[in-house]
Amino acid sequence: MATKKKNTEQGIDWNYSPSLESTSHLNLKKKYDLFIDGEWVKPSSGVYFKTINPANEEILAEVAHGNQEDVDKAVKAARKAYTDVWSIMPPAERAKYIFRIARLMQERARELAVTETLDAGKTIRESRDIDVPLACNYFFYYAGWADKLEYAFPNRKVESLGVAGQIIPWNFPLLMAAWKIAPALATGNTVVLKPAETTPLTALILAEIIEESGLPAGVVNIVTGHGDTGAAIVNHPDIDKIAFTGSTNVGKIIQKALAGTSKKLTLELGGKSANIIFDDAPIDQAVEGIVNGIFFNQGHVCCAGSRLYVQESVAELVIQKLKSRMDSLYLGNPLDKNTDIGAINSKEQLETIHKYIKIGKQEGAEMYQPKCSMPSKGFYCAPTLFINVAQSSVIAQEEIFGPVLTIQTFRTVDEVIQKANNSPFGLAAGVWTDKGSRIFNLSSKLRAGVIWANTYNKFDPTSPFGGYKESGFGREGGLHGLNSYVKLS
Amino acid sequence: MEAFFISNHFENCIFEFLVNNTLMKSKLAKKQIIHPENIFSPSIDKVGVEERVARFQSRSIKNESKLQGLKIALNMIDLTTLEGKDTPGKVKQMCYKALHLHDVHPNLPSVAAVCVYPSMVRIAKNEVRGTTVKVASVSTAFPSGQAPLDVKIRDTQFALDEGADEIDMVISRGKFLSGEYNFVFDEIAKIKETCGNARLKVILETGELTTLDNVRKASDIAIYAGADFIKTSTGKIQPAATMQVTYTMLMAIKDYYDKTGIMIGMKPAGGISTSKLALHNLVMVKEILGNAWLTNEWFRFGASSLANDILMQIMKMETGVYQSSDYFSID
Repeated sequence: MATKKKNTEQGIDWNYSPSLESTSHLNLKKKYDLFIDGEWVKPSSGVYFKTINPANEEILAEVAHGNQEDVDKAVKAARKAYTDVWSIMPPAERAKYIFRIARLMQERARELAVTETLDAGKTIRESRDIDVPLACNYFFYYAGWADKLEYAFPNRKVESLGVAGQIIPWNFPLLMAAWKIAPALATGNTVVLKPAETTPLTALILAEIIEESGLPAGVVNIVTGHGDTGAAIVNHPDIDKIAFTGSTNVGKIIQKALAGTSKKLTLELGGKSANIIFDDAPIDQAVEGIVNGIFFNQGHVCCAGSRLYVQESVAELVIQKLKSRMDSLYLGNPLDKNTDIGAINSKEQLETIHKYIKIGKQEGAEMYQPKCSMPSKGFYCAPTLFINVAQSSVIAQEEIFGPVLTIQTFRTVDEVIQKANNSPFGLAAGVWTDKGSRIFNLSSKLRAGVIWANTYNKFDPTSPFGGYKESGFGREGGLHGLNSYVKLS
Repeated sequence: MEAFFISNHFENCIFEFLVNNTLMKSKLAKKQIIHPENIFSPSIDKVGVEERVARFQSRSIKNESKLQGLKIALNMIDLTTLEGKDTPGKVKQMCYKALHLHDVHPNLPSVAAVCVYPSMVRIAKNEVRGTTVKVASVSTAFPSGQAPLDVKIRDTQFALDEGADEIDMVISRGKFLSGEYNFVFDEIAKIKETCGNARLKVILETGELTTLDNVRKASDIAIYAGADFIKTSTGKIQPAATMQVTYTMLMAIKDYYDKTGIMIGMKPAGGISTSKLALHNLVMVKEILGNAWLTNEWFRFGASSLANDILMQIMKMETGVYQSSDYFSID
């Protein structure tokens, strides 16, 4: 429009002053050991690795690299705690400990949120308002189940499994620890947990909290390390259950490794989830849902709505509104309370994202990125949109795990169901329409573990989460989440 | 019902369209009309709006940006008295306050306008003549709007004759709720015609429209019928200017601007009495419409007690201590 220029000429230039969350209350140690059998022990190899702040590449702390020997020690401790204490404790007593952990987490919520932001690069707004409160809620929720398992599984005999080996990813470090530990404890199992190598700090603060809570020694053991540490957990003969959240490739390796053993397994793997906008949708709220779907946590979300399908009759409008909304996102220091898009978790991940953006351009898709001023240090990626993408494009098929959205258009309901299901993954989907009947129709035909209607990326402890196909199997959260940690007869 | 109006704005945008597209220069396009029932108003999801608004409310406005924001907000206020018991004396005092917000502090802006009943327009105009402060008059049988059209026109004409710079009209909510959108559209267009050069603010009285879908529809009707400003409320009905309602109306303004390039103003009125709420509103305007709307030409607060709260905050920021409300005049 001719008059659009007016926009920059008049008016008042009003910008937000920096509003950084304080780090003065943090009490991070320089060096973290392994938390085994209720004590902080040095790694037997003596090796420590550095964990950095991806927002400015500064070193935050050194963390112990646990090896096979350390894992063995942790599993022995967990087995002993299981047999001697935890499995025979009255369930109501178990619940008290879990409630206590939840309350202590709430007390140290601010510290946890700031640490999460420093270690993972996610914005303080998200770690403060989403990650930490949700993590606390998972403990509260499962604490409530501990003495009610007979009602969760009526007329069945419920037994715990034993020692659970849990390996968690770097995108929601504390939240994933909560998803894993809380149901395992509630059902009477003991735990050996390995946090991701780029984001171990909040799990280590959680270990401090567990220590403070007086939980019997060995019930929860936290062994930091790299892939080899995870492999040692997976291959340990005295572990009864493996719960893994992470990439599909590693998930496949784990599944192969466990074939022929009696270990139970749940996998929560990658996704390429479809977010579907119909022409009768509340358009502005749908645009907001698209933004929350793909740019939440810089797109480091396994259920991110990374494949957008828009009905042709509103495609132009939606794309125009989406671009305009992307222009208003603030990218920058994750500690600033006004930052919408924080840092990419690691250099490796940033390179992966760049690789896919390059592929997208080569494939001939039209790219859009708002103009953002990038901080000079740290790993950042502007929110990215690809228009004119085909179902056969690599960027529409493979999980990018970054703030990159592909848009395709569709004409009919059947067409979009077919296209949305046409993926090796099946973790989540979003449906945006004003028509209730259409929501029911789609949610019964889309092959995805979670389907959101007129919202996206909503999590709640009472709601199960998990995938179809290459997105894994088993459910976490809700009543279903208990199932993964019990033997029923 | 005569419903086929060509609003001023619509003519403008057709005109622009013709200028930009010489190939399309045809009489057919010039005669094209918009029927109020054909205005596309997207549906609104209330839960989604609440979430979006919560994001605006979580913005952290500190230091310089806070001080600057407060001064901008002060300059956007329509200082208002709309009571049955208004007297010339009361109106004069308010006008004095409009020009002398807090003389202890030398660098403060004045408010944007004073807003009064038509019978008080002449008195107010005499008080603020020669200053930047404008006189806005409510009209069209404010606040209910329950009068025939000729009375409404006469009401408006009277206010203009008395010297009003701006007219704040109310829509016929009863007609709107009974689905007579053409009636509402025509009425606004008629008043706009009466206004001439005076700027027209159209009050939707969103508290009586009850749903955000209705708010959106009424906003679109008002804009297409010729409103220069859309305004939430009369201040007589609760709830008044909630963030959700203002958000919905700002989105209507944005969509219209994106379509036509024509700017429409926004005035939340009623219920905004604290600095914090005012700053949240500014955040919303900035992030939806951009900095261009951050002047009193395009954004106003209809409020009576907001000014003193802002003054209190400004003094706190500059002196480091809160002062008692007794140090701020209450005209």
